[in-house]
Amino acid sequence: MLFEHLSLNIFPGDIVQIEGANGSGKTSLLRILAGLSQPYEGQVYFKDQLISQDQELFYQNLLFLGHLPGVKDEMSAQENLEFNLALHGLDKKAAEATLNSVNLLGFEDTLASQLSAGQHRRIALAKLWQSQAPIWILDEPFTAIDKLGVTKLEQLFLQHANKGGCVILTTHQDLSFDDDRIKKITLAYQFY
Amino acid sequence: MNNTPSLSYKAAFLLIIKRDLTIAFRHRDDILNPLLFFVIVVTLFPLGIGPESTTLSRIAPGIIWVAALLSTLLSLDRLFKSDHNDGSLEQMLLSPHPVFILVLGKIIAHWLLTGLPLILVAPLLAVLLHLNENSYGALMLTLLLGTPVLSLLGAIGVALTVGIKKGGVLLSLLVLPLYIPVLIFATSAIDTAAMNLPYSGQLAIIAALLFGSLTLAPFAVSAALKVSTN
Repeated sequence: MLFEHLSLNIFPGDIVQIEGANGSGKTSLLRILAGLSQPYEGQVYFKDQLISQDQELFYQNLLFLGHLPGVKDEMSAQENLEFNLALHGLDKKAAEATLNSVNLLGFEDTLASQLSAGQHRRIALAKLWQSQAPIWILDEPFTAIDKLGVTKLEQLFLQHANKGGCVILTTHQDLSFDDDRIKKITLAYQFY
Repeated sequence: MNNTPSLSYKAAFLLIIKRDLTIAFRHRDDILNPLLFFVIVVTLFPLGIGPESTTLSRIAPGIIWVAALLSTLLSLDRLFKSDHNDGSLEQMLLSPHPVFILVLGKIIAHWLLTGLPLILVAPLLAVLLHLNENSYGALMLTLLLGTPVLSLLGAIGVALTVGIKKGGVLLSLLVLPLYIPVLIFATSAIDTAAMNLPYSGQLAIIAALLFGSLTLAPFAVSAALKVSTN
């Protein structure tokens, strides 16, 4: 068993950081929240109804980034982002401007296979700047991102929360938010 | 904050096809390998059996169809594997579109890249095998109706095994039995055509298989993908 007796309400404006040792179930929890995995026991509700009840509605309101960036090596940075935006029903014309905000200007036409791990992560993160979805679930969003990038992302999260969105993320880094701005959930690691 | 972004089913479907074709054309091995396999298998038979035209024309339908079936099997893996490995499958499952639309797009793209080239080279290879001249129409029609069935049914198997590290053998075991009806009716149609008899019955059954799998397979695939990514 990974965790039990876990109950939480997340409201608009919340930033929730899930902490815990490696293997304590952070990713599993995020995948359950996103509806990708089914919990053995328990339920996830969105706006007072089970997320499986109206999946389309839930997924319109959700942006999930797993620990894999979902970037295709065979496509350029811009093509990857355009596809990502279009898949989520967003305007792909914004792709070029968005690449600028993640510091990838100049790499638009470079195939992703020639970009670094951090740049892959940036391509995946780029859609945060365009996203209209209020719920962001991010698994280790700072992996391979440089310090300046992390600061920029933190600002973006704060902005998003202030606009009435919520951010649920796992990270081992200390976030620079004030203590009253952030909720922390610590998963204890234990053997059974 | 709640203006729901939208993309019509058709746009989502075409988006996936365009993406998969773009990726395939940048990674040409994936298209060429199954096609080359098909051509090599078929051309080796006359060398192994000898050039006698009666024997060859008797076994030609079977050879072409078995080679088509195996070459499809060979190409199935890439349908979801790379998307699963780099996380893009996850993103597709979590997109606001119904998954079966996206899945159908991926399967059609797969057929365009594997089934269609087979259909185009098949008549040339049939010449090598001395296929009865009455049978060409039947060969083309069975391939046209049958190869999409191979892609559709195969997709179910791939979706079920995509989470397994070495799912190749399991995939063949799952998928080959499903392919056998197509093989039987397709070769029977071609044989019947060689005898100058009507083969519309067999074609109707393959067409039924096609429409049955076209409507049902995408749902089975999306359910299987959800299980595999769990």
